[in-house]
Amino acid sequence: MFARIFNKPRPDYWQKYIGHFKTKHKNEIAGRRFVVFDTETTGLDVSKDRILSIGAIAVMNDKIDVGDSLELYLKQELFKAGTVEIHGLLKGGNDVKIPEEEAIVSFLDFIKDSILVAHHVGFDVGMVNAGLTRMGLTKLRNKVLDTGVLYKKTGFCKNKENLYSLDYICDQFKLKKHDRHTASGDSYLTALVFLKIISLLNNSKKMKLNDLFFNSDRRGLL
Amino acid sequence: MKNTIAERIYDFLKDFPPFNSLERNHLMTLCEQVKVGYYEKGSYIFKTNEELHNSFYVVKDGAIGIFRDAILVDKCDEGDIFGLRALIRKSNYQLSARAIEESITYAISSNLLEDLITSNTNANKFLLASFATNTLRPYSNTSNGRLYSQEGEFQDNNGDFIHLQSVKKLKPPVICREDTPVDSAAKIMTDNRVGSIIIADNKKPIGIITDKDLRTKIATGIFPIDAKVKQIMSSPVICIPENTSVAEAQIVMLRDRITHLCITKDGTSHTELVGVLSEHDIVVSSTNNPSFLIKEVKRAQSAEKLLGIRIQVQGLMERYLKQHIPIFFVSKIVAAINEAICQRAIAISLEEMKNPLPTSFAWLALGSQGRREQMLLTDQDNALVFEDVPSAQYKKTKAYFLKLASLITKKLNTVGFEYCPAEMMASNPKWCLSLSEWKQQFNNWITHPDEDKIMLSTIFFDYERSYGNRHLVDDMSDSIFKSIDSYGIFLNFLALNAIKNPPPLSFFRQFLVEDDGEHKDRFDIKARAMMPLVDAARLLVISYNIKGHNNTILRFEKLIEEEPQNRDLYAACIDAFKILLRFRTLQGIKHNDSGRFIDLKSLNKSDRLKLKGCFGPIRDIQELIKVRFNLSQMM
Repeated sequence: MFARIFNKPRPDYWQKYIGHFKTKHKNEIAGRRFVVFDTETTGLDVSKDRILSIGAIAVMNDKIDVGDSLELYLKQELFKAGTVEIHGLLKGGNDVKIPEEEAIVSFLDFIKDSILVAHHVGFDVGMVNAGLTRMGLTKLRNKVLDTGVLYKKTGFCKNKENLYSLDYICDQFKLKKHDRHTASGDSYLTALVFLKIISLLNNSKKMKLNDLFFNSDRRGLL
Repeated sequence: MKNTIAERIYDFLKDFPPFNSLERNHLMTLCEQVKVGYYEKGSYIFKTNEELHNSFYVVKDGAIGIFRDAILVDKCDEGDIFGLRALIRKSNYQLSARAIEESITYAISSNLLEDLITSNTNANKFLLASFATNTLRPYSNTSNGRLYSQEGEFQDNNGDFIHLQSVKKLKPPVICREDTPVDSAAKIMTDNRVGSIIIADNKKPIGIITDKDLRTKIATGIFPIDAKVKQIMSSPVICIPENTSVAEAQIVMLRDRITHLCITKDGTSHTELVGVLSEHDIVVSSTNNPSFLIKEVKRAQSAEKLLGIRIQVQGLMERYLKQHIPIFFVSKIVAAINEAICQRAIAISLEEMKNPLPTSFAWLALGSQGRREQMLLTDQDNALVFEDVPSAQYKKTKAYFLKLASLITKKLNTVGFEYCPAEMMASNPKWCLSLSEWKQQFNNWITHPDEDKIMLSTIFFDYERSYGNRHLVDDMSDSIFKSIDSYGIFLNFLALNAIKNPPPLSFFRQFLVEDDGEHKDRFDIKARAMMPLVDAARLLVISYNIKGHNNTILRFEKLIEEEPQNRDLYAACIDAFKILLRFRTLQGIKHNDSGRFIDLKSLNKSDRLKLKGCFGPIRDIQELIKVRFNLSQMM
């Protein structure tokens, strides 16, 4: 079984994607590209559910670059009527839909070696990884940041044990919520939350990139 | 590809100038390239001397302060543009931009916008205007991007007012060919309900037939009914070009003893016919002109009749404002008619008085009417001065004038000038005084100033004689200036009063609207913007001993003569005052009130910007007053 995976010739897009990781980056936030993204899915089970849409937007030098964004709608056989009322994506729908494989190829091409940011990033990365697995590929190699975890490092967070929803954090930050529960809208909101957190944490401007990945909760274990 | 985020940005920007004048697909392209920035309170978007960014900014949420050194010079809130310097690509940033609230901004590529607006004059103009308000020398005559372009458009046209009213082609001309039988032509005229028909060849007028021709040439039997129009038409026709003034057209008719003129492209019969102007059209247009209305005023026998005329004046004024006729002309005309109405009301009242005048008197218009700035029907403010009489007759004389004054104020009230709630009217015994009493009164205000007296001075100093004995008024003015000369500190008090209402920094949230009462959340354009200019002009003119100039615009013009070195500032004050006066008048017409309180939410972005542009000169003139009258010591 392993042999089958390892021996399979890797498609060009994958080679290209892997190739990006050869570039060495400075340990600085400035100049580094972050891709904030969100997926709308048929449900919350990473192994059974499917991605319906992906919204992704780049953040660089403390700015959200609307020109550097991605919005994809996927053609999926699996359809659950129950989740329609959350994401509003109908199986037919009017948006131009593309096959999952094509979507993931576009996504890989878009994210390159950027740092991925999402709210509860484990789920969204998990959904993409499940798709990659179905295509016979390995998992994403990007570094990831979770706005839910980052939020806990800010002074806004009262109780570090809780899990905080994107809605809750937007309310705390007084951000107006548009287009909630569309992948694009949520990725944009998450990007705003991300910018806000960065500026809260980085008011001395001396923060290094690695500091974002340092988990303060671990201190208790030492 | 669908781009939800860009669509949201589009939805936001499309309502704000200059973006509202861009075409949808152009604006969408712009939105797809926006960079969104988030700024904590206190963080900088750019700093003075920093290299220009390749974009300018629009505030999405929050507020950005623009600072020169540490001084806040402007506040930008939702929809405001800043950092336009990036567009002109000249040197580095001159000012700093700092978030004074947590803010989200849209950075818009200056290259992209440049491509789009070079072809779009509206957007271009707006950006220039925005830029002008943020430049270091906003009053410089060389800056083309002045906000005041609208007021300036007619500035050079200082000729007689009637020239501004050009003839309008009223209806498309009724025409026929030269071989048309007379009866068919008469039928066409009847169907179109006109008294004339133009005989045209290839759209060029060659002759005309009027009702008179049918009467004198057909009905008399000189020509048969089946004659061709060619046989009875008057030819050639007299032509005038488009845009001829009513006065000129009238002269041509009188000179050539004709009743109809053809309006052609170039004013000769060799070009295309665009319209016909009849004597009747001129009569109709002139019943709504100022000189006609003043004649009517003079003929009026009752206050009710005067009210009818005043309503017509309102219509006339609205029309002028819509035609963008300079506000200064409009205010002059309205003032002249108001004065005529007032004089007529006095004359009618005098006829109603049973006894003859015990002595001479003068009627004074105060406040905005005295300054000839009253555009809308506001409260009446007036006073009466009568010649000194021996003390034995004083009581009787005063009673006589009080009765006269109440007759007059009642008539003015009927005309639409409502009673002054503060009773600042000649019918109030306090403001119906003999000459020596008035002199004493003014002297008291000047030598013992307190807040109330200063307030009264500001109203009574702008008096203008609208009726009666001129010498009484001149005598009074001389006495006032003498009192001021001998008690110079009065000017400092007046100066303090003139700066008590600093202009708002910008229309920033609830920053400058009224806090409570009936006009909560509305902007008081009179107290906050116009009165500071009026007060400043009055103070400075008085300090120069200039008499007989009450009008704020004329006062500033006088000041330019006195201080050519401050020309830019005073000229900016004039512009600002004109904009404010027009603005207030339009608001008043729209809401059928005094126009004093403005609902900021009802203003569009360019109106807000225009108003905001007026605050600069106010700030600067108050600064000048502070320095000149050493007010820092008094505060």
